[in-house]
Amino acid sequence: MNFLNSLIGGISLGSIYAIIALGYTMVYGIAKMLNFAHGDVIMVGGYVCYLAMFNLGLPAIPAILIAMAVCTVLGIVIEGLAYRPLRQASSLAVLITAIGVSYFLQNAALLIWGSNPKVFTSVINIPAKSLFDGQLVIKGESFVTVSVCIIIMIGLTLFTRYTRAGKAMRAVAEDKGAAQLMGINVNFTISLTFAIGSGLAAIAGVLYCSAYPILTPTLGSIPGIKSFIAAVLGGIGSIPGAMLGGILLGVIEILSRAYISMELSDAIVFGVLIIVLLVKPTGLLGKKIREKV
Amino acid sequence: MKKIVALLLVLVMACALFAACGEKKSEGSQSDKPAGEVKPFVIGGIGPLTGGAATYGNAAKNGAEIAVEEINALKGDVQFTLYYEDDEHDPEKSLNAYNTLKDKGLQILLGTVTTSPCIEVSAQANADRIFELTPSASSTDVLGGFEDESGNITIARKDNVFQMCFTDPNQGIASAEYIKTNNIGTKVAVIYKNDDAYSTGIYQKFISQAAKVGLEVVSITTFTADTATDFSVQLADAKNNGADLVFLPIYFEPASLILAQANSMGYEPAFFGVDGMDGILTMKNFDVSLAEGVFLLTPFSADAEDEQTKNFVSTYQSKFGEIPNQFAADGYDTVYALYNAIKKGNLTSDMTNAELCEKLIGIFTSADFKFDGLTGSGVTWATTGEVSKAPKAVVIKDGVYVGYNG
Repeated sequence: MNFLNSLIGGISLGSIYAIIALGYTMVYGIAKMLNFAHGDVIMVGGYVCYLAMFNLGLPAIPAILIAMAVCTVLGIVIEGLAYRPLRQASSLAVLITAIGVSYFLQNAALLIWGSNPKVFTSVINIPAKSLFDGQLVIKGESFVTVSVCIIIMIGLTLFTRYTRAGKAMRAVAEDKGAAQLMGINVNFTISLTFAIGSGLAAIAGVLYCSAYPILTPTLGSIPGIKSFIAAVLGGIGSIPGAMLGGILLGVIEILSRAYISMELSDAIVFGVLIIVLLVKPTGLLGKKIREKV
Repeated sequence: MKKIVALLLVLVMACALFAACGEKKSEGSQSDKPAGEVKPFVIGGIGPLTGGAATYGNAAKNGAEIAVEEINALKGDVQFTLYYEDDEHDPEKSLNAYNTLKDKGLQILLGTVTTSPCIEVSAQANADRIFELTPSASSTDVLGGFEDESGNITIARKDNVFQMCFTDPNQGIASAEYIKTNNIGTKVAVIYKNDDAYSTGIYQKFISQAAKVGLEVVSITTFTADTATDFSVQLADAKNNGADLVFLPIYFEPASLILAQANSMGYEPAFFGVDGMDGILTMKNFDVSLAEGVFLLTPFSADAEDEQTKNFVSTYQSKFGEIPNQFAADGYDTVYALYNAIKKGNLTSDMTNAELCEKLIGIFTSADFKFDGLTGSGVTWATTGEVSKAPKAVVIKDGVYVGYNG
């Protein structure tokens, strides 16, 4: 029973990682760049939702929609200002810029919203379900995060497979130059990717803050990094991979905390990254890419 | 075009940088310029004015400001100029803040507010021979000269450092005894932050005292700064081991998460916090019903009936719009303790720092120096730097602290 409780805790933490990892993996798969500022977009999403709910007094759903809209715009602006000028630059330059954007967002949030922690009230009103005389408790947040995660994954897979814009994304992912020759607007496609990724980040932010209801300007950095590991574990660039990697990582984290060592749980999580990179660098569901010479 | 965009970006970044600097500077606020020819003592405080522990720093700062204003308004021959610097509860930033204060002519140090930064800063202040009275850094490592578990003294006594608050061992011991004598819990779980000197310090003393008084500890779990979000494993461990009381020697920010998560998993033990729990009720948008029945240790309660407390609470409320917590009271008392000591020794602000330091050490450790403040009356200091003050437990009822008498 204890094990089941831990497992459920792990799955619900993991599904938040999974939603964040979906954003990472979309951007990497299509633009071939690591957007380390993704974790901080989550933080912005959380704050915007908080402000909409408690300063404007809106109900949960419009507040989430506003958070999504703000994050979507933020994603497009970040891409346009910080990454688009570096389209031809080396990947190292883009990586450093991404870290810069991440710090910029954190410090901007510190200036705008101050550093006193704010307490978020869960947007989810589903009561916890207890089974077996209260020995097994499943929180409402867990239900919602897991189902939202599955819905987003299916939606994204269908989107990239069947819609025009989705096909354009896959084309850009495969070969930017060739896609442009075929008449695909590469810049627009990449902007769209950022928009979707950042919109998802807003949802992840709201869910994360519902599960762990404290808002601080640095709340995105640790889940951001862990979700990046999740994306690598699942195979970066693969949408089902991000989901699988996220949930696996959440389960590994909680189980190692419960059964191996509370102090070492983060070391184990980051150890997973090293093992994956050594044994199967493409990740669990990643495609093997043959470099043409 | 690209260059223009790049330039704009650089400008924006630069502006943000300066904006940050500007704000930092304004935080080192200067209280009322004293009138007359008396040269004021330059006293400096350091504490977290931003960041997760900002509640403590701001409270101590506000309390100190009120005391300084009151003293300067007397227009006596002891006047203060107070500077306060932010350290974000970070030892390195705290040292920088300390150096900033020294550049401003620091003579006596009121701080720092939190433990980990204070351990670093007090070592430096000791080397510089600047007298230090901390309002709330409660670890014995702040003072130095205490034995660790294996009986070694790893940090030598810093003879210039004194505390306004009770020490961590004191809190750990008092907590264990309180729980035992008042029978608040029989099976105890402890969740502490093992990368924090304050939390581990209290935890160690609590455990050894619990063993002495025969309190059964059934679950001991930890977290760190990086894992301070999900407490499901720690709470499950406490629950499965049948703990009916969870002892939380931690700050209120993670504690609020623990309360929320315990509530959502339907686990309802008693919660017992220490001085770090003070401040939980002032968190924005915090659901106070979660803290119903939570115990915490404090030497100060804002609903006390004596004249001094009433005046302080009303001044604080009209000035800052909230009810002062023990950190505010400690900050206030720190300034007054210094004031009394300076009066007693007829010290003047043109003495050198080393001279002031030696004289103040002498006064604070002398047997006839007794201080009556908000956080205790007839308070004396030992040569170890400890204050003779007993921790008092209060319990939260309907969003306010209520004295607990078994």
